[in-house]
Amino acid sequence: MTRYIVDRIVQSLAVLLVMSFVIYGLIGLMPGDPVDLMISADPKVTAEDAARLKALYGLDRPLLTRYGNWLKAALGGEFGYSRLYAKPALVALGPALVSTTILVGISFVLSLLIALPAGVWVATRPDGPADRTVNLACFAGVSMPPFWLAILLILTFAVGLRWLPAGGVPTRSDVGLGEQLRHMVLPVATLTLLQIGGYLRFMRAAMIETLRQDYIRTAQAKGAGPARVLLKHALRNALNPVVTVVALGFGGLFSGALITETMFAWPGMGKLILDSIMGNDFNLALVALLFATLLVLVGNLLADLAYAWLDPRVSFTEREGGP
Amino acid sequence: MTPRFLRLAALLLALAWGFAPHPALSAKDELVIGMTQYPATLHPNIESMLAKTLVVSATRRPFTAYDANWQLGCMLCTNLPTIENGLAKLEDMPSGKKGIAVTYTIQPGATWGDGTPVSTRDVMFTWEVGRHPQSGVAAAEFYRRAYKLDVKDARTFTLHFDKVTYEYSAINDFQVLPAHIEAVHFAEPMEYRNRTRFDADPTNPGLYFGPYRIVEAKPGSHIALEPNPTWYGEKPKFKRIVFRAVENTAALEANLLSGAIDYIAGELGLTLDQGIAFEKRHADKFQVIFKPGLIYEHIDLNLDNPVLKNLRLRRALLMALDRQAISEKLFGGKQPVAITSVSPLDWVYDADLRPVPFDPKAAGQIFDEEGWRIGPGGIRQNAAGEKLSLEFMTTAGNRSRETVQQVLQAQWRQVGVDIRIRNEPARVFFGETVTKRRFSAMAMFAWVSSPENLPRSTLHSQEIPTAQNNYAGQNYTGYRNDQMDELIEAIEVELDRDKRGLLWRRLQALYLADLPVLPLYFRADVFVMPKWLKGVTPTGHQNVSTLWIEYWHAE
Repeated sequence: MTRYIVDRIVQSLAVLLVMSFVIYGLIGLMPGDPVDLMISADPKVTAEDAARLKALYGLDRPLLTRYGNWLKAALGGEFGYSRLYAKPALVALGPALVSTTILVGISFVLSLLIALPAGVWVATRPDGPADRTVNLACFAGVSMPPFWLAILLILTFAVGLRWLPAGGVPTRSDVGLGEQLRHMVLPVATLTLLQIGGYLRFMRAAMIETLRQDYIRTAQAKGAGPARVLLKHALRNALNPVVTVVALGFGGLFSGALITETMFAWPGMGKLILDSIMGNDFNLALVALLFATLLVLVGNLLADLAYAWLDPRVSFTEREGGP
Repeated sequence: MTPRFLRLAALLLALAWGFAPHPALSAKDELVIGMTQYPATLHPNIESMLAKTLVVSATRRPFTAYDANWQLGCMLCTNLPTIENGLAKLEDMPSGKKGIAVTYTIQPGATWGDGTPVSTRDVMFTWEVGRHPQSGVAAAEFYRRAYKLDVKDARTFTLHFDKVTYEYSAINDFQVLPAHIEAVHFAEPMEYRNRTRFDADPTNPGLYFGPYRIVEAKPGSHIALEPNPTWYGEKPKFKRIVFRAVENTAALEANLLSGAIDYIAGELGLTLDQGIAFEKRHADKFQVIFKPGLIYEHIDLNLDNPVLKNLRLRRALLMALDRQAISEKLFGGKQPVAITSVSPLDWVYDADLRPVPFDPKAAGQIFDEEGWRIGPGGIRQNAAGEKLSLEFMTTAGNRSRETVQQVLQAQWRQVGVDIRIRNEPARVFFGETVTKRRFSAMAMFAWVSSPENLPRSTLHSQEIPTAQNNYAGQNYTGYRNDQMDELIEAIEVELDRDKRGLLWRRLQALYLADLPVLPLYFRADVFVMPKWLKGVTPTGHQNVSTLWIEYWHAE
């Protein structure tokens, strides 16, 4: 087990290294550089200014040289300055990461708390009225564009009923926890509603498939009660495919909440990544995207470990000892 | 009572306090301004960005600025220098050329928020930062021209410029920096842009001397301001101003309707079509001001294109467009049709000029005469069988522009010109395609300028972007005309207002005759504000309304 985890960490580091090169290269290949953008925005930037600024930002050097310099510094723990935020890239990333962790974390937990039990529940009533209704709601949730759902919620609860604020962050730092929570309700609701459908459908499908297995019939024949069959025998097996989906989705959530963040003016990771890429902020974009990659890798690792916990047949010993 | 019970009680109390109505300021003491962008930096002299200008203008003042009547005046200085009042003097430079020495005096009460007076020490420091090649100041041309600075006393200084231009007294972009705070961080000039307190410690009161100072900055979300006790001018009326960034304009509108924001800044808010629709629905609750200004929507033509290098064909293309109808149908007539790049609100505007008329029949005749006759499918072709087909680009996702683009395409199709639309995200369009002249025929976008803004960067032949000049310059059309170059040079150094006015008339006539660019209209900013908000005066140019924020009040 330990050997397996160490192997995976080494693999992850290799993936991060490759990704850093790919991301740096892709950003570098994007049309225009920061100075080109400055020139287009400010007629007073002269040819002399352009040359000076390109030298200042190191943009006059070849891409590979720039990447080499960055990598050398990064290995020493120095990830460079964010050009957009005029701060060290890690410092600029910090608040956005905290914001997104709060937003995504709450909505993620909420969506799982709702989707998994609901998925199990409707799986025990396939094709019944409850199942059909929940399915319909799931399809609506999955197919609803995030910006539309966000606007709908804002118009209903902030503009129409005036129960909740439309914005994501209070504009006063001295407000209480309750006010902060009120500001979070709509963005969290948007993300939660968007996620529930997918997870619920996965849970339902996995559970229905599991309930058809012979060992379930055997358990029932042995006299196990419905609750015991469901929770002890079926649920643990049904969770395997769901864990994969959840783990993969978790990493993506950190960078994928862009639309929700934009609609609610929530200063999170998705918006930060977009702004840094569009603003040609190499250092910040690299750090943010690498962090998003790291989260996906960690999610995968956790999913693999969860398999072993959920299904004792899955073992890492073969890897450890070899055939 | 057990410790556990006490802890529980404390927790409940904290929660109850959090949910209870907070002793906030009354609605009229606080003004929340919505805008679509969060400033990337708060340093007044590094990079040019509208969101930053809006916020920073509430916290400090430039030495000079154009007011809402488009007149240049003093803000941080006491008297606007002129040759007549003796504060500006022509002088011989060591090189033998003519230069000008301009003397300014800082307002007597100007004091940084920490109590330190604004002084010539700050002016000297600002000048040194601007002139240093590694300071990160983007547009350093001003500092190259201001080659010498003499300090007379703590409040009076003289700038020596190496060229005598009609704008000799306008130092609008020379934003004074607090030497007592910033100098230590400029010890390593190359690191200055990363260490400046404007970004590292933006709530430091010593950074501001305007009516307000920044008390809270939440990157990506909002910036809060409160009155600066050391402000020397009119006492600001609001106890708190919040600039809130909501990038999506639909969400911005919803925020306004929900009361989360009070006012949408016209400089950086709703598009005109959104403003018109909003006014129709909510005119009872909000006042909507449409302020046409110096945002010039136009189509840059690549004059290296074999079709577009033909002046008669350029004229025919413009004659095929019914720009008045576009302005009326799409924008409620609130965006005046542009005759040239000079706004009708600018004093140098030539009111006698007539726009190129909408005359599709005459346009068709010109195309015929130039050898482009209607062919199969109604598209014109030349003797070699080549179709009259042009590529038309603009910023993808800009709904207003894309709508105009489709109407223009249809109007050109009526006269037999095939238009191929190829739009790109703004990042690519401005970062590469336009700046490096990689559009094959037409590129539609806007210029923002200031009153009596000399179009040197867009029309002078030395301003054509090339690899050799690092793609600086904004003459994206590749326009070359010696007469235009001479006019630009002549206007720049003509100090006599009347004579300059005449030169401006000639420039506009030449622009209209040559049509290096197809003029469309002057865009209007949409200011959406509650009916109780008074004192906001849109300017229509680069010196934004927040420069007079101390006069804003609730009624």
